[in-house]
Amino acid sequence: MGATIFDKVWDRHLLSDSPDGQSLIYVDRHLVHEVTSPVAFEGLKAAGRKVRRPDLTFAVMDHNVPTGDRSDPNPDDLSVRQMGTLKANAVGSQIALLDIFNPLQGIVHVIGPELGFTIPGTTLVCGDSHTTTHGALGAVAFGIGTTEVEHVLATQSIWMAKPKQMAVRTRGALPRGVCSKDLALWVIRNIGTGGAFGHVMEYKGETVERMSVEERMTLANMAVEAGARSAIMSPDEKVYDYVRGKPFAPQGRDWEEAMEYWDTLPSDPSAAYDRSVEFDAGRLEPQVTWGTNPGMTVGVTEAIPGPEDFEDGGARAAVGRSLRYIGLAPHTRVKDIEVDVVFIGSCTNARFSDLVQAARVVAGSHMKVHPSVKAMVVPGSQSVRRRAEEAGLDKIFRDAGFDWRNSGCSMCIAMNEDRVPSGKRCASTSNRNFENRQGPGGRTHLVSPVMAAAAALHGRFVDARELDLADVGE
Amino acid sequence: MPEPIAKVAGRALPLFADDVDTDQIIPAEFLKITQKKGLGRYLFYRWRQGDTEAPENFVLGRPEFEGSPILVGGRNFGIGSSRENAVWALLDYGVKCVMASSFGDIFYANAYKNGLVCVRLPDGTLSEVRREALAGALDMTVDLPRGVVVYGGRSVPFDMEEHVRERLTKGLDDISLTLSKHGEAIGKYEAAMPAFLKVRPAKVL
Repeated sequence: MGATIFDKVWDRHLLSDSPDGQSLIYVDRHLVHEVTSPVAFEGLKAAGRKVRRPDLTFAVMDHNVPTGDRSDPNPDDLSVRQMGTLKANAVGSQIALLDIFNPLQGIVHVIGPELGFTIPGTTLVCGDSHTTTHGALGAVAFGIGTTEVEHVLATQSIWMAKPKQMAVRTRGALPRGVCSKDLALWVIRNIGTGGAFGHVMEYKGETVERMSVEERMTLANMAVEAGARSAIMSPDEKVYDYVRGKPFAPQGRDWEEAMEYWDTLPSDPSAAYDRSVEFDAGRLEPQVTWGTNPGMTVGVTEAIPGPEDFEDGGARAAVGRSLRYIGLAPHTRVKDIEVDVVFIGSCTNARFSDLVQAARVVAGSHMKVHPSVKAMVVPGSQSVRRRAEEAGLDKIFRDAGFDWRNSGCSMCIAMNEDRVPSGKRCASTSNRNFENRQGPGGRTHLVSPVMAAAAALHGRFVDARELDLADVGE
Repeated sequence: MPEPIAKVAGRALPLFADDVDTDQIIPAEFLKITQKKGLGRYLFYRWRQGDTEAPENFVLGRPEFEGSPILVGGRNFGIGSSRENAVWALLDYGVKCVMASSFGDIFYANAYKNGLVCVRLPDGTLSEVRREALAGALDMTVDLPRGVVVYGGRSVPFDMEEHVRERLTKGLDDISLTLSKHGEAIGKYEAAMPAFLKVRPAKVL
């Protein structure tokens, strides 16, 4: 029987198997941000321990950074203290840090791949659940808690039971106007928010192979919303091309040796999985969440459900509660839902190609942002922002009335000043539509960048497949 | 370092919700606090503010459930964000055990590493327990060494991974354990780590 890519990378990093089913795994890469690390560093200090491998650790400020004017940031005291704490810890432990003034700063799951910190065949952890993103490059990546962050800082290793493996087989090409985000939502809609508990999801097959590396990152990013412990994909030439020449990536002879290793990684055809699911992307339509978890999703041509559509009493109550929160009547048609706010950003959908997709809609429409809508674009990193500006995307957005911001997690988690006001409805390219996620009382509909851009122009959801798209960007 | 725990005994606190994500357990605005202590007051902050029902109806606001250490939830408890603050908030509030039919993976690991006991019970048992707890004070005992929950004259077994049981009952500190038992293996991996797997030193500052 063959091995999966996950098996291969896991085995290479396995330090010890304990009889109770726990394994000790070496961690090649550790990403740190300001929110989940302070208590870990404090614990380390209290025990008189040091960071074992600062050279394999990389820190960035992203979660609560202001996205407005960087020359005069005015975040609240607690944010200032949290960022100051990260800086002091990074300096004290000699860990490289991208602070808010660094031109390479960005969201941790954007800058990791973008700077070549994330490479195939490595193990990578971060105190953030969306660390699954890095699996798109063929890294074994886990989101971890703060106690585990402390353990990794001290030992460069992590205890974990080997997850089960789920093959997600895809076929068909995504139709025009349909994005990898739509496939991600479709999968969660079908398997549920707990559908992949205890599993690593290996996305494979035609649809994934056709995707760009950035599109794959969106897919891997959302795996955690299906409950997955991790996501992974076999690296191919597209991944090599993506990684080649990045600052932290191997070069010269190291690059050649790395590629030799990476060539051995793809899952063997005879590899076995604990579970297997299959999806046809060829006839997929744009997806829109209607409720308060990412599994509550319908297609753009559909109507949202009502409580009576569910037999199980618990589900019925949950649907009723979600509809009350989201402020929609049962059976409302998606195309009749009007939005007040549009957020294009987050570690899910704020990479260069995401902004290109959104800008194509805006430029192709010759329309302005709808008068009742407040729309913002928050690039995934300052590098993405610069590249977008060089390609003229910022002008397209600004001219149409979008607010063009600096990078950060922003309105996805609402820890800075970017929030959906109470009772307002947001079309968001982020990853979580939980109650209050984007601000107290804010209502979230998760969509692709194309759908979000179109919603900003029309003031309601429209079918992204029917839009005129302009050639912009590269 | 967590204290060793053999038993959790006390009143049940019924929470009538599935898919409870960690954003609900503690909203992001309270993640800026850089300490574990004192987070209890922000536990289920919005629900306690009367976000979806009158605050006096929410179990955490009701005097009869004050000081109840056993939170009885439903399906998929602790999904979403990795924030360990969710576990710290529960513990600081006085919750010592959470019962659910399934847990978010990261939440589950965070919980046992901090000495919060997570017990998996079937959905049917949970809804029965929640109903009884709501109808009147229900005292329960979670016995970790025996792997049973005892309440109302019944004894219901539950499964728990052996290593989780051991950590909880012995209050083990992972870091010293790892370094003393596996320091050599870690060093060996590092010595053999090929240059191409290392982070290429680059100027980004």
